Amino acid sequence: MSGGERVVAIHGWPPSVNDFYLPGWFYPWITKFTVLVWIAVAVIIIFFLTAYRKPQIVPTKKQWIAESIYGFARNNVAVEMIGHEGLRFAPYLATLFSFLLVTNIFSIVPLIQVSPNAHIAFPAVLAFISWIMFMYVGARKHGVGKYIKMSLVPPGVPGYMLPLIVPLEFLSTFILRPFTLALRLFANMFAGHVILLVFTLGGFVLLDSSQWFIKPISVVSWAMAIALTFFEALIAVLQAYVFILLTSSYIQGSLAEEH
Amino acid sequence: MQNLAAVVGSLSAVGYGLAAIGPGIGVGIIFAAYIQSSARQPESAGFNRANLFLGMAVVEALALLGIAFGFVFK
Repeated sequence: MSGGERVVAIHGWPPSVNDFYLPGWFYPWITKFTVLVWIAVAVIIIFFLTAYRKPQIVPTKKQWIAESIYGFARNNVAVEMIGHEGLRFAPYLATLFSFLLVTNIFSIVPLIQVSPNAHIAFPAVLAFISWIMFMYVGARKHGVGKYIKMSLVPPGVPGYMLPLIVPLEFLSTFILRPFTLALRLFANMFAGHVILLVFTLGGFVLLDSSQWFIKPISVVSWAMAIALTFFEALIAVLQAYVFILLTSSYIQGSLAEEH
Repeated sequence: MQNLAAVVGSLSAVGYGLAAIGPGIGVGIIFAAYIQSSARQPESAGFNRANLFLGMAVVEALALLGIAFGFVFK
């Protein structure tokens, strides 16, 4: 209905690309997302530094939270998926987990309401790092040729099936893994904030309807927006956890002994 | 020759609707497997929770690819 579009356009929506650039001499190098990533990094560094300033045997609350985050990434992810050798990767996984947690939570913080991971660049770089990491770890442990052979040829495959299986395994292991890792995180964050937009703006559009009995439905739409905000918080934590779980699973696959 | 029957509107929305069938069934199967395995052997529930989240995220990736590409293929 035309009334809805009028209401929505008055509030200055949809934003154009230029709304994300910050004004200043550094146009167009610094955008809203650059500042958000800097804020996320600063928050993490400051939190972990101040939590461990004077560590005590009976931990203070901040120290306990920091230890829980690191302990979770170390015990429940690194050691459980990779085994004893996983301790080497625990710092990287813990850092990645806290960075993804903070940037994903940005999607429900008021006034920010968008996660930097909703642009494909940031998950793409993180997935690229994980990709290089599991390939490098595998190649360093087994040697490049043996590692490739070990990944591409599953044990017990009859020889005539190999021309079919090897290209598929190559595609699945070396090409699709980083791609889906990045795309999963990106699509979850992108879809999350689009859904919140749909219900919030839908409430405004319904409110502007010409029939009086449709107007109260806007409250239902806004209640759904609130429920979906809680759901978005759950998805934020879950996607951070799944990213590091899959990274450690790929590393475990690279480090596995030959059959 | 005139059109005898036509569907007008957003084809990408229809495409997303079809793309959501598979992951919907997949997520249902994963959770059903977890519930059944926890019912048969409750001690394995904690051990399997990691696999539950892993499976759910991998399957939902396809559903979300559908949403994202619905906008790309406009």
